[in-house]
Amino acid sequence: MAEFIENIDMFLKGTGETLYMTLLSTLIAYLIGLPLGILLIITDKNGLKPIKWLNVILNAIVNIFRSIPFLILLVWITPVTRAIVGKSYGTNAAIVPLVIAAAPFVARLIESSIKEVDSGVIEAAKSMGATHWQIVTKVLLSEAKPSLFIGSAIAVTTILSYSAMAGFVGGGGLGDIATRFGYYRYNDTIMTISVILLVIVVQVLQEIGMLIAKKSDKRN
Amino acid sequence: MSTNTIISIRGLTKTFLSNKNTVTALRNIDLDIKKGDIFGIIGVSGAGKSTLVRCINLLERPDSGSVIFDGRDLTKLSEKQMQQERRSIGMIFQQFNLLMQRQVWKNITFPLEIAGLSKDDAKSRALKLLNTVGLSDKANSYPSQLSGGQKQRVAIARALATNPKVLLCDEATSALDPGTTKEVLALLREINKTLGVTIIIITHEMSVIEEVCNKVAVIDKNNIVECGNVSDVFTHPKSEAAKKLFFGEGVKDKSFSKRCCRIVFDGSSSFDPVIADMILQTGEAVNIMFADTKNIDGKAYGQIIIQLPDGEIAQKKIISWLRDRNLSVEEVSDIG
Repeated sequence: MAEFIENIDMFLKGTGETLYMTLLSTLIAYLIGLPLGILLIITDKNGLKPIKWLNVILNAIVNIFRSIPFLILLVWITPVTRAIVGKSYGTNAAIVPLVIAAAPFVARLIESSIKEVDSGVIEAAKSMGATHWQIVTKVLLSEAKPSLFIGSAIAVTTILSYSAMAGFVGGGGLGDIATRFGYYRYNDTIMTISVILLVIVVQVLQEIGMLIAKKSDKRN
Repeated sequence: MSTNTIISIRGLTKTFLSNKNTVTALRNIDLDIKKGDIFGIIGVSGAGKSTLVRCINLLERPDSGSVIFDGRDLTKLSEKQMQQERRSIGMIFQQFNLLMQRQVWKNITFPLEIAGLSKDDAKSRALKLLNTVGLSDKANSYPSQLSGGQKQRVAIARALATNPKVLLCDEATSALDPGTTKEVLALLREINKTLGVTIIIITHEMSVIEEVCNKVAVIDKNNIVECGNVSDVFTHPKSEAAKKLFFGEGVKDKSFSKRCCRIVFDGSSSFDPVIADMILQTGEAVNIMFADTKNIDGKAYGQIIIQLPDGEIAQKKIISWLRDRNLSVEEVSDIG
């Protein structure tokens, strides 16, 4: 406890950095992953507008980036990170690999959420003269809303655990503290406190996501 | 095409590709539907009736043939023009297909939203339609809070929102219990009468056709095998498929060695023990081969097939006794 109070500033800063990295990465990953997921759905052979070649290419990109372990990706794309952020370490630099790893994952989450939407409802919208764009915005996204919120809770916790890994290469945040103090200096107390804080942050974010999902669901 | 024909289908053929095999769903269909009709299309499952109804609003694009709706060949329209045209063709479904995340009134404004109507105008129209279908108190409920019959009423209100000329009903009562089915059919009849909307009903249930339709087409093995007024087709079915549908599956197994008669109850007689009275009053015995009758508001609906006794006088006695009571009697000895 004494150690926690002594280092409270460090822990607060670390928690703040972790939240900053996680939430900003999630946001950017959704900006890329959401349209990507929608494109995967509508270009599918049973989709609204089947485009085989585009679907094959998008699936390949998503699969390739999904199969690279995050730690490898982190190191591999260092030149890209440096080109975008200007340096390869620090909190902002960690966001680049986080987004690249998370966007395809988010795309798959979006895809599976939208797939749950009853095809009969889509057919009904078509029968009313809805355009593809109207079906996407007013039917698919709106009917899949609860599932999309659950997906975002999963995404945010996954990205948070990636962000701790980014700490390993000087990415900042709680992962960074755990690595520097716990791993390199054998300070078990600080390591344990970092872990507890990480668990708390994950739980809080997850519960918020689930609560929103439940509140938004009008099916029961 | 006469001026009061609203839908005219000519030479419509539709095939599907499944596992590299082509499956014919509809073959060379010709069909005319007049304005104001309640037109039933009946057939066993797999006959092609659901595909046929989807070819009318081009949810399925026919391989060949034309679908002329209100003077325009829909198969010649672009996707955009077709989207416009679909606002004149409402559709309801077996599984209702409501938007589960939207309140009831917002489900009804949905087609209006798509059409670009202002929110206020759309809402007032939705509330008016909810009144028409008798669900004014459910405006702010969500579909999951409604019963099946209520869901279908909402779906009907939604389909009527854009003032369509035609309402397509794809097995709209098949997921409902008999009582609710009657209510929904009564609502459709009322809509047809008051709003003049032409209604096309796809069903596999003869009772649905009897209840509301004035015209019927029997579809069998991807073809229309019989078409006409419900009363004519029902009392004098010509095709095997129609006979099978009306007499039920089991009839063929029974042997009609002698003369048989089919008595049709179309609701014009009261629900009395007709057969018992007949036997008592004529003093002649009959054998009941098949019976399916219902009492609806004290009126008799359905049919009974009886085997007549030997002797021409006895047979005549029975037939004239039945005819005197305004029952439709028909010989069916040839169906066995």
